[in-house]
Amino acid sequence: MISANIAVRSLKPLRLLLAVSPIALLLLGIPYLTNPYQTLILAYGLIMAIAALGFNLLLGYTGLLSFGHSAYFGVGAYAVAFMVKYLHVRSMELFVLGGLLATIVLTALFGVICVRYTRIFFSILTLALSQVLWSLAYKFFWVTGGTDGLRVPTPSLLAGMVDATQLSYGGKVVTYYYYVLFFFFLSVGLMWIIVHSPFGTALQAIRDNETRAEFVGVRVQRFRWLAFLVSGIFTGLAGILWVPLNGLTTPDILVWTFSGRIVFFTVLGGFRSFVGPILGAVVFNYLETYAISATVYWQFVLGAVLVVLVLVMPTGLVGLLSRLAYAVRRGA
Amino acid sequence: MDILVIQCFNALLYASILFLIAGGLSLIYGVMRIVNLAHGTLYAIGAYMAAWLVGKGVAAGVSPLLLLLLLPVGAAAVGVVGAVMEPTLLRPMYKRAEEYQLLVTFGLLLMLEDAIRFVWGGTPLSAAVIMESLGSLRVLGARYPTYNLVIIAIGLVSAIVLWAFVYRTKFGVLLRATSQDMRMASSLGVNVKKVYVQAFALGCAMAGLGGAIIVPGQAAVLGMGTDALILAFVVVVVGGLGSLLGALIGALIVGVMRTVGIMFFPEIELAVLYLIAAVVLLVRPTGLFGAR
Repeated sequence: MISANIAVRSLKPLRLLLAVSPIALLLLGIPYLTNPYQTLILAYGLIMAIAALGFNLLLGYTGLLSFGHSAYFGVGAYAVAFMVKYLHVRSMELFVLGGLLATIVLTALFGVICVRYTRIFFSILTLALSQVLWSLAYKFFWVTGGTDGLRVPTPSLLAGMVDATQLSYGGKVVTYYYYVLFFFFLSVGLMWIIVHSPFGTALQAIRDNETRAEFVGVRVQRFRWLAFLVSGIFTGLAGILWVPLNGLTTPDILVWTFSGRIVFFTVLGGFRSFVGPILGAVVFNYLETYAISATVYWQFVLGAVLVVLVLVMPTGLVGLLSRLAYAVRRGA
Repeated sequence: MDILVIQCFNALLYASILFLIAGGLSLIYGVMRIVNLAHGTLYAIGAYMAAWLVGKGVAAGVSPLLLLLLLPVGAAAVGVVGAVMEPTLLRPMYKRAEEYQLLVTFGLLLMLEDAIRFVWGGTPLSAAVIMESLGSLRVLGARYPTYNLVIIAIGLVSAIVLWAFVYRTKFGVLLRATSQDMRMASSLGVNVKKVYVQAFALGCAMAGLGGAIIVPGQAAVLGMGTDALILAFVVVVVGGLGSLLGALIGALIVGVMRTVGIMFFPEIELAVLYLIAAVVLLVRPTGLFGAR
């Protein structure tokens, strides 16, 4: 696993660009290569990848396992739904602004509480706080729609320049796909800068040895709080982008098993690498889509995959791929 | 007045069930430092198992009072599941970081939830025959289902038995020794592997018993396990992870809070519980009775 990290890090900017551009081009070309349905599934995958990127800043880089990231995903989604219901906002840009504002406020507050603890206590505290939001969304049905949830109609994009309601189904999907793709590229770029900045390095120092980090002058708790905040914002953005695509938000995205799902795909991809969570989220999304149609017991399949992953392949898909690449190179 | 008596009993009823679930969770954490996310699902398996057995018993024409004896069988079955799970899936995890342990038990939770659906189907299973056949009693001027009083009694008895087991038997001594210092116990000749299997099976059987005795009162449904797990978390966080006394006091607090909450502020009843857990974690991260 370490080898994969070093391999990625040792790339010069030009070579990095060369390595990334085929994937970027492929992502840009997807709507022309496949049908709207496939494009839609990939859009969901990319949104989950943004959530996983944020989540992994805590798990992979800071060493904190949150079992409550549904709260930040959910607050983004519900903020958008409230803007539709009570303020009659129809613009996607305003959704993003308002949703991010709500996410920042909530994450900053929850963060102050949660980062005082680490390990299992951190996990339980994040879980308990996310369950508070879930039970509120579930019980205050006259505000939140209860289990029926709240509808979010197709918004207008780019400050009203694109009125997506006028488009055909395929056109709507493709337009929205590019919108998501823009935010995906932005998130990946930003997160890359963050984890390679002195701040990101300090987080890894905290993860590896808290005491030593403190001795060299890292303000551990403040850095953890900042990491928590950034992590929540990315996950909140995913929730904001997700809700118009899904058309509906229900308390299901606030319940703790949804947090478990975010944990799942991050581990599936491999949380000790930068690209792991992205890969994991996209693959998981396909796995889930097809497992659901193939068997009613898809949850069993997912659970078995998780157990096997942790027992024999803790480096996830990225670790597997880098080992394969290594074997191929040695064989050649 | 009647309402007050009934609500007091309801609080004790909740507390009994919660003590069995959370006590098992806490016992397992205390001995092997693992938080088992699949614990709630084991409670659900206990409920399904008991309901299924009772259903078979009714079909075979067994008298309702004898059906009562089938409930512990459900609990024992869950204990067996635990005895299989510990050596195969959890033993490789003890040396790994806590995150991995949580992940494995989360995977188990997903698998067991679907195993329940596979074995017993998606429709709720009920064992209401027992509840109905026992009728109701007049206590302090209020009518109360006899079976619910039985549950309270079982909760009380199991708390006492468990206490005697842990503090008055040789196995209890081994258990406490292993929990305090696994290496030292091992070097003094304690078979730690055996103690781990036994403790894990016992903890699972407690959850199973909780499920088995609740099922005559309310049907076994899909998803009951994850709900129960979260409540058990609240209990152990309030009482202190790893402490049996903490689980008992925590269960009483949560039982009373739920009853009061359902009566006076039903909308935020659950939110208040989670907030209490969060506040306790902030003020005393080891819980009210947890050891450092």
